[in-house]
Amino acid sequence: MFQLRRFLSDYKKEVIIGPLCKLFEAILELFVPMVMANIIDVGINTLHDGGYVLRTGGLMVLLAAMGLTSALFCQYFASKASQGAGTKIRRALFEHINTLSYAELDRLGTPSLITRITNDVNQVQQSIAMCIRLLTRAPFIIIGSLVMAMTINLQLSLIFFAAAVLIGLTLFLVMKLSVPVFSAMQRKLDVIGRVSRENLSGSRVIRAFSKQESENRHMDSATQDLAKTSIRVARLSALLNPVTYAVTDAAIIAVVWFGAVKVNIGEMQTGEIVALVSYMTQILLAMVVVANLVILMTKASASAQRINEVFDTQPSVTEKYSGYISVKENKTKITFDNVSFRYADGKEVLSDLCFSVLRGQTVGIIGGTGCGKTSLLNLIPRFYDVSGGRVLIDGVDVREYPFAQLRGQMGIVPQQSVLFAGSIRDNMRWRSPNAGDKEILQALSVAQATEFIQKLPDGLDSRVEQGGKNFSGGQRQRLCIARALVGEPKLLLLDDSFSALDTATDAALRRALRQNTDDMTVMIVTQRCSSIQNADLILCMDDGRIVGSGTHEQLLESCPTYRDIYLSQQGAEVRA
Amino acid sequence: MTKRKASKKIYQYVKPYRLLLLGALLSAIVSISLTLLIPVLIGTALDEIVSKGNVDFADVAKILGYIGIAVAGVSVCQWTMTYFVNVLSYNTVRDLRRELFRKFNSVPLSTIDNNPHGDLISRVINDVDAVGDGLTQLFLQLFSGAVTILGTLLFMLGIDWRIALTVVVLTPLSLFVAGFIGKLTHRRFTEQQILQGNISAFVEEHVGNERLVQAFAYEKRAEEGFDAYNTELLDVGFKAQFAGALANPCTRFVNAMVYAAVGIFGALSVIGGSLSIGQLSCFLTYANQYTKPFNEVTGVLTQLQTALAAAGRVFELLEFGDESPDSNKAFQHSGGNVVFDNVSFAYNPQKPLIQNFSLNVPGGCHVAIVGPTGCGKTTLINLLMRFYDVDEGSIIVDGTDIRNISRKNLRSRFGMVLQDSWLFEGSIMENLRYGNENATDEQVIKAAKAAYAHSFIHRLPQGYDTVISEGGGNLSQGQKQLLCIARAMLTDPEILILDEATSSIDTLTEIRVQKAFAKMMKGRTSFVVAHRLSTIRESDVILVMRDGNIVEQGSHEELLKKGGFYAELNRAQRNI
Repeated sequence: MFQLRRFLSDYKKEVIIGPLCKLFEAILELFVPMVMANIIDVGINTLHDGGYVLRTGGLMVLLAAMGLTSALFCQYFASKASQGAGTKIRRALFEHINTLSYAELDRLGTPSLITRITNDVNQVQQSIAMCIRLLTRAPFIIIGSLVMAMTINLQLSLIFFAAAVLIGLTLFLVMKLSVPVFSAMQRKLDVIGRVSRENLSGSRVIRAFSKQESENRHMDSATQDLAKTSIRVARLSALLNPVTYAVTDAAIIAVVWFGAVKVNIGEMQTGEIVALVSYMTQILLAMVVVANLVILMTKASASAQRINEVFDTQPSVTEKYSGYISVKENKTKITFDNVSFRYADGKEVLSDLCFSVLRGQTVGIIGGTGCGKTSLLNLIPRFYDVSGGRVLIDGVDVREYPFAQLRGQMGIVPQQSVLFAGSIRDNMRWRSPNAGDKEILQALSVAQATEFIQKLPDGLDSRVEQGGKNFSGGQRQRLCIARALVGEPKLLLLDDSFSALDTATDAALRRALRQNTDDMTVMIVTQRCSSIQNADLILCMDDGRIVGSGTHEQLLESCPTYRDIYLSQQGAEVRA
Repeated sequence: MTKRKASKKIYQYVKPYRLLLLGALLSAIVSISLTLLIPVLIGTALDEIVSKGNVDFADVAKILGYIGIAVAGVSVCQWTMTYFVNVLSYNTVRDLRRELFRKFNSVPLSTIDNNPHGDLISRVINDVDAVGDGLTQLFLQLFSGAVTILGTLLFMLGIDWRIALTVVVLTPLSLFVAGFIGKLTHRRFTEQQILQGNISAFVEEHVGNERLVQAFAYEKRAEEGFDAYNTELLDVGFKAQFAGALANPCTRFVNAMVYAAVGIFGALSVIGGSLSIGQLSCFLTYANQYTKPFNEVTGVLTQLQTALAAAGRVFELLEFGDESPDSNKAFQHSGGNVVFDNVSFAYNPQKPLIQNFSLNVPGGCHVAIVGPTGCGKTTLINLLMRFYDVDEGSIIVDGTDIRNISRKNLRSRFGMVLQDSWLFEGSIMENLRYGNENATDEQVIKAAKAAYAHSFIHRLPQGYDTVISEGGGNLSQGQKQLLCIARAMLTDPEILILDEATSSIDTLTEIRVQKAFAKMMKGRTSFVVAHRLSTIRESDVILVMRDGNIVEQGSHEELLKKGGFYAELNRAQRNI
């Protein structure tokens, strides 16, 4: 919780003045009984004067009006500080998530991140507002009452301290016991988020297998699980009020009893007992407020923990320098120097990779399913860092580059074609925010997307739904390719990016690519030999190793794996 | 949705737990009446403590004993009240989430395709949470409030009915003020919840595709996009919270005025001689008690308002139209004959896609569908599986219009593998068993072997028990496709649909998988959408589609001879 206080630093004024306003209101409230006493003592008993009663009554109205004003100010400051801090936390979380590398994102999981940035931040935000509104008043009353009790009778005030210790202990215990349960609650909320997300993204498969009922049961058990945990925590936190009540009233009983003893021996007046009892009642009321605050804070601190967990997650892939480093364009664009790689939990998926790619070359990477093609490609923009060896671009280790400089020179087309909600133009400007229509249309034409874009009534302004769902798989893929081409990348990484294209489009696209990109280095991961037959270099992979490298013709002669792949594709033609 | 309608609907969900409500109400009655009784008891105890040597210890002890019992009663009842209310609201929350989730499974797919998933998830997570918080606060305050009001009212009526009536008539003024403020601010709270949904959708989209964001060095711009929503939420959230928080100080102000009025008129009555000072002081105490619940209810008004706005969004989703009612009939015949009879369909009425499409596929026929992307191939499959219903015409399988068959029965005859490989978080074993829960381990392994997935599964650290994390973790796209294929093979379907099911699999494995499919589907109908023409040469019929229509159909040889569009596609592929 306290780790998050930095987000309040811009709201120091609000955080200080807000509670002060509340305090002022509380003090004003204390005057009201005195004024009332005045009405009775002076107005009625002494003067018998209706006019005095009215005048003093007017003073009460004035006090109320002042109270209202300061309460409004307090609410204003509380709203401002809490909403402001919440906004800042959300923003900082989003920014921090953007710095995390793939490995950490895999671990935290998207649905949980979504819950944290919305639900958990809301909890914290609420607790800040409550603190500002309630936290000063209650201690003020409690301490004030304690001091007053001590002036009346020091010995009996010990009962007050005993009660305070007991209540404090209860608060502490309940808090300690319930924090882990509240964390468990948020985790279970994550599960509900995840199941919902899976259900929405897999709706076709779920329906195809008629699994709606079992999905519903899945959700039933996830929600039941959450309900059970919530009720468990409720059982605990519902204890706070009654325990507080019981302890204070036990203290009152003790005060009356020992008071009676003292009165009997003449050490005390009955009126003093009355005063002590009323102070105890004041404390009780304040304590109940504190107890409720404690529940809220406990819940919020579980959320704060989850937020901090994200902040404390350090990206495993970090920039050494930001800004720009000077790199001379090298004849050798990419070098893999004895590279090996493993994922956090697994065994080595890439071993001893050594190869160089000259500027302007086209390189094909081919090999069986799961042989490490995508993993290899992921090392170039540093989505993951190598486990051994190094990857060089223009002769400089990729770990030396600032991210923007490294990734900025690349056009990347991932395997899954995802577009973002917005217009086609918005999507095309991902690589270079200021790209003009001419440039965009050029990229679309290389990607063979001009034809269907032209058919759209709104052209480049056509709306794209989230994920690009309103386009067919092949259309999406072409748009993703075009997106990577805008702004003339020096290095184009295509990860099996022709898979949803019909063959004619595939061929036309590659032809256009060749004609338009003299200086661009291209890496193509693919399943089809035909896609890379003309490549300058083909790397044939098997189980994380390069088992053959060379041109199509060379590999046909020297690499049995490549020959098999090639023949499997030719075989179909022969049989036809 | 209006507030009234939302409240009414919430009540429907609370209704099953009215016994808990009753329990909470009874607890409130007992604890509040005892709470009101305790000061009276303390008073009598104090009366026994007169002065030095004049204390009746026996009586004091007896009364203190009663107080102890009362305190115990209050504590227990306070606990049960809080507990019951919590159980009620957590159960309601659970039911609402279940209902929402069931809705996901009963709406037409178009609804899922057309709504941002992040927003839908936010309704399940954040909005339902807000409703739950609101319910808890409402009932806790409502019950103890109602009982307190009733109790103090009785006491006041006992003292002086005229002043009591003044209090009764004046106090609701504060409710009017609160209600008025509520009305003014409802729109802001609705806006706040909508923005909350927008933020969720934005986070879902960008964090869900964090890889793309980083690949395109898009972080800064994503943050700008996030800021736009976030700042708007700050603005609206601040206004909503502040406006909602106005209610409480205003109510307290009104009540302070009432208190002053009672004081003034009471004092004047005392001067006039119709009231004693003791009665006035008693009256003031009760007037204070009486107005407290009004203050407390408005203290949680912000939460209640948020809850109502959130409930509006929850019920809006629950009111989305369901799929057309399902038939309960099953197929009478088998054989796998599929007829498209004059089918027309469009996702968007303005953009006709498939028009007057007719096709007769005899049982056991292997049909391949080829054509440029976006020509409607996937749409045919959407129609066949009844993910979408035809606009005109009909689809007849084995003599029955598929709309007259239960969806479950229809879909159970199909095995379907899509290009987007969807797997859920669970072990590989669970994923493979998805379509056939009763399959034995041997059968699962057999299917995995047929799909050429066994060898890579075997190499995973936990083999078939390896848990696939959200998004598939470190499995390659091709491996995920192989798992989807194994999953479909395990269902042993009568009719097979492959929509680009092998696009990410290397060609050697692809050929083997196809052979396995061929063996499995011998004598059964199959539909295969493919881009690689080489993979479909042996189909009985090849449908060549373009712009939603079949432009050619026939076997590979026939189509080549014809020298039309197919021949052109084929040439393009060979010239690569």
